[in-house]
Amino acid sequence: MENIAGRKSALNWAVHLSVLALVALWVLPTFGLLVSSFRTGDQIAASGWWRALTTQEQQLSPIRVEGEEVERNGAYEIAGTLFPRARSTVSVWGTSSRAIDAYKAGETADLDDGETLTLEADGSYLLRSPVSLKDTRLPRIFATASQPPEFTLANYRTVLFGKSTGTSIGQAFLNTATVAIPATVIPILVAAFAAYALAWMSFPGRALLVAAIVGLLVVPLQLALIPLLQFHNWIGIGKGYLGIWLAHTGFGLPLAIYLLRNYMVGLPRDIIENARVDGASEFEIFVKIILPLSFPALASFAIFQFLWTWNDLLVALVFLGTGNDQLVLTGALVNLLGSRGGEWEILATSAFVSIAVPLAVFFAMQKYLVRGLLAGSVK
Amino acid sequence: MADLKLTHVEKAYGEVKILEDINLDIGTGELIVFVGPSGCGKSTLLRMIAGLEKITSGTLEIDGQVVNDIPPARRGIAMVFQSYALYPHMTVRENMAFALRIAKRDRAEIDAAVNRAAEILQLTPYLDRLPKALSGGQRQRVAIGRAIVRDPKVYLFDEPLSNLDAALRVATRIEIAQLKEKMPDSTMIYVTHDQVEAMTLATRIVVLTVGQGIAQVGTPLDLYERPENEFVAQFIGSPAMNLLEGEIVGTGAETEIRLADGGIARSAVPTQASDKGMAVRVGIRPEDMVPTEGTAIYSGTVDITEALGEVTQIYFRAENGAAPVIAKLPGIHAGLRHKTVAMTADPAKVHLFHDGRSLLYR
Ligand SMILES: Nc1ncnc2c1ncn2[C@@H]1O[C@H](COP(=O)(O)OP(=O)(O)O)[C@@H](O)[C@H]1O
Ligand SMILES: [Mg+2]
Repeated sequence: MENIAGRKSALNWAVHLSVLALVALWVLPTFGLLVSSFRTGDQIAASGWWRALTTQEQQLSPIRVEGEEVERNGAYEIAGTLFPRARSTVSVWGTSSRAIDAYKAGETADLDDGETLTLEADGSYLLRSPVSLKDTRLPRIFATASQPPEFTLANYRTVLFGKSTGTSIGQAFLNTATVAIPATVIPILVAAFAAYALAWMSFPGRALLVAAIVGLLVVPLQLALIPLLQFHNWIGIGKGYLGIWLAHTGFGLPLAIYLLRNYMVGLPRDIIENARVDGASEFEIFVKIILPLSFPALASFAIFQFLWTWNDLLVALVFLGTGNDQLVLTGALVNLLGSRGGEWEILATSAFVSIAVPLAVFFAMQKYLVRGLLAGSVK
Repeated sequence: MADLKLTHVEKAYGEVKILEDINLDIGTGELIVFVGPSGCGKSTLLRMIAGLEKITSGTLEIDGQVVNDIPPARRGIAMVFQSYALYPHMTVRENMAFALRIAKRDRAEIDAAVNRAAEILQLTPYLDRLPKALSGGQRQRVAIGRAIVRDPKVYLFDEPLSNLDAALRVATRIEIAQLKEKMPDSTMIYVTHDQVEAMTLATRIVVLTVGQGIAQVGTPLDLYERPENEFVAQFIGSPAMNLLEGEIVGTGAETEIRLADGGIARSAVPTQASDKGMAVRVGIRPEDMVPTEGTAIYSGTVDITEALGEVTQIYFRAENGAAPVIAKLPGIHAGLRHKTVAMTADPAKVHLFHDGRSLLYR
């Protein structure tokens, strides 16, 4: 007895730990992406996203002193600040790359020719010289400053509304939605009817039809891409939204019909017969009884199909053009990797935009996902 | 308000015949109970009347019209399923209104019908609940209410009480009896395998056998007092009727039988002289057995006594006797175990069967 109990709890632990590991594996990068999408390129380059909430001490890139020269008490002065926007705090600084920590904040450095430079902790500096500084090279400041956490929406502005060429994520987002929503709705509409007929209406050849659909489940989609595109061209649809809706519908239907039929077969026969006695036609039974009762299965298939069409690249590449008006998110991301591969903030933001909708859909509908998939297996 | 007439109705699934040659006349206002062992085709027969199952051959008439090929909805029937078959996504009100909404009746009429049915069944407080928030008995009442709302010509019940616990089953049985009284003109067909339900509810009982169609049709007392065959004799009554092998030795208005185990039985079933020597089975109900000092029909040693309070059931067996014979004696008789008892019975309550059929119905 004890042995069994012991083993069971060990198994429990293993299950819990692996669930934890899986959750971490999944949540950490997603969260990192989210945090990174709110940081500037400099911040991303200087520190990891997990330090985004703490004050960072970092060496700034050298800043050359600049500003209007004013004459005061026989000396020429230039005043300005290192940080026009952010509220950073300077700790040490220098005027040459060889001695970047020569001075503390508030100290005054003596430069050649009687020039002095003072840098306060808040980043304001004062350059003073006995002679006019016009047309001379002004000194550079190598400051080490600590920066408070800072987040920006600028990335989203750039990504969603920016007009940069070929990589307009906002437009691509709309394109993807234009593909994914009809490509989810159409197969459900068709499959629900088919599934009802296969589950509850008796006609010759029904079993064969079900078997054929199960067979279609295992046909790899890649096999059909080119013939299907040729067919589309032949009947004159060509590349475009109508084509990709039909393609996604075709590829999604076997699974949709199979899932829904299995669910509907499990609905109590008495309920359907009672509706028949109550005078409902087949169509009324379908609409008023079967559809509402099949909601979990419909929802779970809808989630599948939506996620798959949203994240699809292959089918979109084949059936859609590459112009701004047809490029989907996945395609736009690929383009971004090429054209702006170094700009992590843009990549992170774009990536997050593309996963935001699947995430929302998943969290909103997850209970139906489980319920629909388990349907029939558990009473 | 409807008469039903079944003529030579048969049902077969492929080669397998489930029901054979069913002939039945059901009059307006009757409550007919189909009773029989599990798997004998009670539900199938009911579903054929409902139109949910095709009639293989024969005709079914409702009010003189052959309805074999008329869909369920236009037969004027309502059915209450064993599983209740409530629509789980609709409230009680919507469940009850469903048929009328399908029939496109106007709102006021639907509301009135639903409210009236809810009133009858005391469901008014639950009208806005979903079925899952109801107890078993309440769900059962909703299922019945759904039938009442449609005001059908014929009510069909398929084992409506079998999912209820014992106490609720009795209460609901009485409610159904009262319901029938409130609707004296409606015809009801009620399927059960429970003979108590059959005996208490039915105006007439139809006893079905496995594979052999109808065994007997009659009022509950007919079936109890004058069973046509051994099957009905043993099916109605609990414990089942005792059957004892014997041979006719005396004929006339009263028949005398010598039993294989030595006893002599008298029966009020009349026989002719030519019946002398006929092998028969003598049927005596346990409750008709009376202890005697004189000539016994059957005597033996008591194996087991079961004291139920108001009666004691005694299982006794003659020497070499095959199956024990059961007697039901009023009162408590605890001390009878291992004693020898001798029993007789009123000749009016001694049944005679030859080849499984009662001699009363020759
Ligand atoms: N669709 C069917 N196909 C073949 N046999 C069936 C079918 N439905 C019922 N049966 C058989 O018909 C017989 C009667 O069933 P049923 O009417 O449900 O019995 P009851 O209600 O009296 O218990 C059973 O033996 C059952 O196996
Ligand atoms: Mg049954």
